[in-house]
Amino acid sequence: MASLKDLKNRISSVKSTQKITKAKKMVAASKLRRAQEAAEAARPYAVRMEKVLTGLGTAVADQPGASPLLVGTGKDDVELVIVAASDKGLCGGFNTNIVKLARQHLREILAAGKEVKILCVGRKSTALLRREFREYIIDNKDMSHIKRVGFADAQSIATEVLAKFERNEFDVATLFYSKFQSALTQVPTKQQLIPVPLNNAANDDEPADDLGGAVYEYEPDEAAILEDLLPRNVAVQVYRALLENAASEQGASMTAMENATKNAGELIDRLTITYNRTRQAAITNELIEIISGAEAL
Amino acid sequence: MSDTLHYEIVSPERLLKDAEAAMIVVPGTDGDFGVLPNHAPMMSTIRPGVVEIYETDGSEADRLFLKGGLAQVGPNGLTILAEETLSLDDVDTDDLAKTIQNTIEDIEDAKDDVERARFEKELAWMSALQEIVA
Repeated sequence: MASLKDLKNRISSVKSTQKITKAKKMVAASKLRRAQEAAEAARPYAVRMEKVLTGLGTAVADQPGASPLLVGTGKDDVELVIVAASDKGLCGGFNTNIVKLARQHLREILAAGKEVKILCVGRKSTALLRREFREYIIDNKDMSHIKRVGFADAQSIATEVLAKFERNEFDVATLFYSKFQSALTQVPTKQQLIPVPLNNAANDDEPADDLGGAVYEYEPDEAAILEDLLPRNVAVQVYRALLENAASEQGASMTAMENATKNAGELIDRLTITYNRTRQAAITNELIEIISGAEAL
Repeated sequence: MSDTLHYEIVSPERLLKDAEAAMIVVPGTDGDFGVLPNHAPMMSTIRPGVVEIYETDGSEADRLFLKGGLAQVGPNGLTILAEETLSLDDVDTDDLAKTIQNTIEDIEDAKDDVERARFEKELAWMSALQEIVA
């Protein structure tokens, strides 16, 4: 049985852990609000972009000479998998859930005999994928020096991805990130980035603009607009993923830390009871010794 | 049919403007064009330049610099998907001249075509801005 001193030490150590998790929870809660606002503020752009692209894309896709960003390279031998996770831990299952989904996908395409290249965003995704897929990881983007994700950060990733695409280093690009729903639920999501998925981009609950028989006039022309729009769309999608990720990370962190604080509290209660019992047992023992000593006289 | 034009300016970061106006002049790639209420549907890319927003007839224009983007005129009004916006009041001419100089040097030192293209794009919007401010 643990001695009184051991128990006392144990209690104080759990108490200080609880203090840390409590503080981290508070930090996450305040960061969450800002991250959530940023994610929500960025949604209108992405939604409108998607609408324009779907409209334009379906019109141009069957024309010859359409951009490979839209219709693909005609094969899917090499896939670039972008796994976006966080740089820090202490956020529950956030990183593991993203990586789990990505790992499943990776195994599938490897089993199909295709080539895979992995681009990791955030330190944790590399750390979690390194053991199984080390030889496929081509780059790792450390985002830990960035306090607030800006569009420029997303653009630099997108530029790199597009440059690789132009050099024919891959045919298909898929992006893994975590969609923010609430502080309690974050949904790991897989999204095809290149070529632009036209069929599932169509929004069912939002009907297309009714033009009343009129037709859009394009300036300069559809192809030129798409040429300008498609690379930007990649950056916008990456940006959205980064923002959703940032909000998800804080949400997951908040929930995880809340649970940890509660668990620490329960542990402290249990330890305190054991401590008191042990103390009382010791006192009783001493009394018995004194009484039996007195009786012997 | 409304007699004011509904317009939205959206940047990747957020919805910048969502309001009504009498007329808006957009710097399209093929030339400036004015958008009035009930304009025919059209779509155009935007070159680096100034958007002029006239809230009412004859009022002074609200000017906003765009680095590029896409304008869409539909039944719901004008939507501008802006790449990045700058308020003209915030521009520091000396600073801008210096940055342009730096970018020109960057173009000379660029390692490959991709990098050069990126700097040239930067230079394009900066020189457009300089012309407008000067």
